[in-house]
Amino acid sequence: MRLAFILSEIGSGLRRNVTMVISVILVTFVSLTFVGAAGMLQLQINQMKGYWYDKVQVAIFLCSDGSTASGCATGPVTPEQQDNLQRLLESPAVAQYINDFQFESKDEAYKHFKDQFSNSPIVDSVTPDQLPASFRINMKDPEKYQIISETFSSQPGVETVIDQRQLLERLFSAMNAASLVAVSVAGVMIVCAILLIATTIRLSAFSRRRETGIMRLVGASKTVIQLPFILEGVIAAVVGAALASGTLWAVAHFFLGEYLSKQYPDTAFISPGQTLILAPALLILGGSLAGISSLLTLRRYLRV
Amino acid sequence: MIRFENVTKVYDQQARPALDAVNLEIDRGEFAFLVGASGSGKSTFLRLVLKEDRASSGTVYVAGQNVAKISSWRVPRLRRGIGVVFQDFRLLPQKNVFANVAFAMQVIGKSRSVIRDTVPEVLKTVGLEGKENRLPHELSGGEQQRVAIARAVVNRPGILLADEPTGNLDPTTSMGIMGVLDKINQNGTTVVMATHDDDIVNEMRKRVVELKNGVVIRDEAKALYTSMIPIVGQSRRLKDASGREEIPPPSPAAYSDDAGEEQR
Ligand SMILES: Nc1ncnc2c1ncn2[C@@H]1O[C@H](COP(=O)(O)OP(=O)(O)OP(=O)(O)O)[C@@H](O)[C@H]1O
Ligand SMILES: [Mg+2]
Repeated sequence: MRLAFILSEIGSGLRRNVTMVISVILVTFVSLTFVGAAGMLQLQINQMKGYWYDKVQVAIFLCSDGSTASGCATGPVTPEQQDNLQRLLESPAVAQYINDFQFESKDEAYKHFKDQFSNSPIVDSVTPDQLPASFRINMKDPEKYQIISETFSSQPGVETVIDQRQLLERLFSAMNAASLVAVSVAGVMIVCAILLIATTIRLSAFSRRRETGIMRLVGASKTVIQLPFILEGVIAAVVGAALASGTLWAVAHFFLGEYLSKQYPDTAFISPGQTLILAPALLILGGSLAGISSLLTLRRYLRV
Repeated sequence: MIRFENVTKVYDQQARPALDAVNLEIDRGEFAFLVGASGSGKSTFLRLVLKEDRASSGTVYVAGQNVAKISSWRVPRLRRGIGVVFQDFRLLPQKNVFANVAFAMQVIGKSRSVIRDTVPEVLKTVGLEGKENRLPHELSGGEQQRVAIARAVVNRPGILLADEPTGNLDPTTSMGIMGVLDKINQNGTTVVMATHDDDIVNEMRKRVVELKNGVVIRDEAKALYTSMIPIVGQSRRLKDASGREEIPPPSPAAYSDDAGEEQR
């Protein structure tokens, strides 16, 4: 009976306040979408880290025909230079830092390149000659990259030493910055949402002060009086959170899954299913924000 | 049923107290009028009984309980034992008569079947049979007040507080309302009514407690609105006014259900 009563009170409250309820839904929707976008970026970063960190290496690129680096003064790398480099890699001074290394010839480089960009027209315009041979080094501790770089950059026959991990770090820090922006926007929007929910609940409490006054006088409990208002805010916020979750899923499904993954087939994008991990978090966040802000508002504006 | 021990209520430090060291006891089943000029503290008295406000000093007992000791989550239980009626009826305009009365039962979780049984019974007590489906604006003031009384007593409270319940009504209608209150009192409910209406008080010949500037200046059984011999003192039931001849005792018809303009 009391449950039915509370539900009917919520219904009438939502109906009486339609425009405010819609604005609460929209504001929580937008703010939680930004929160979720930040979450998605983080998921994507983790995904890429897991995928790439085992694979990436320090690469020592050897001089080829067109190289202009100072170590390439003698033209393309000679077999002696290459042997020297291999010996240096095997020497105890260097070997203590690395797990293993491989030599990648021009032809192998071409093969990997073709694999990586199989559905890109660029493949046809590249020949094995244009790709440098390299030593691929798997580091024991990727942080020790500097030692390899110092040892090898000035060796004859070496064009350049590249830490692939640093390239990724640059990408990740860009993504981190983007998620930070998303979080800041979300923060502002969440403040908006909280204030709007507080205002809505205040209006709702004001427009029903006659009912609540009577409820108080006839001895209705605090819960029965306050719950309809709190649930009103919570329901609106949860609807907003559900819309936000749906939007994130749609972004993962249509934008990442069907568009970006075709553009960048070698990149591991998060699946739509993974964004659903964010949904409960958004629902709880939305619901509790609304619950807390309406509770605080009611404490001030609704005598019980 | 209600006992005030040395109760003082100060709203505003600068002003005089709204109630000043009031000692008063109202027994179970009594009917008492609270009279006095505007601002004398009548409404304040009722608010303290309801724990709407807390006494600045002194102790208020309701049904044997010190209200100051009732924790906030148990205040609703205190209020379920007290019905309240106001001058402005305070009905819900979009609910019909039945729903207005049922509301008081719904919010404390009474079952639908109990509500269906009790509400018509109470509406009959206040003389509103057959008007269950009217909206408040389709009722006269007297009828609206009867709905408010029905709502106040539908949960069978031990106490009924009425703050100028006849303040907006004409004398005949007021007498009809008094009939209802008297009937409720006869069923065992303690009734405390704050009023300015001297005709009613004189007609009813019940206990009268007179306040002036927050002080009880008269407490008389079967009394009149104004005392013939003003007695300034605090002890209760100092004077029995029944010996006075010049004002006739009320006729029984005056408080029966049949009085009042709203009767068909
Ligand atoms: N909430 C309040 N805040 C401050 N002062 C108050 C408050 N309520 C009442 N008072 C003061 O307390 C005094 C008693 O007020 P109260 O309402 O009890 O009078 P009353 O006897 O009911 O008057 P009336 O017959 O006009 O209803 C008045 O001086 C009033 O100004
Ligand atoms: Mg008053």
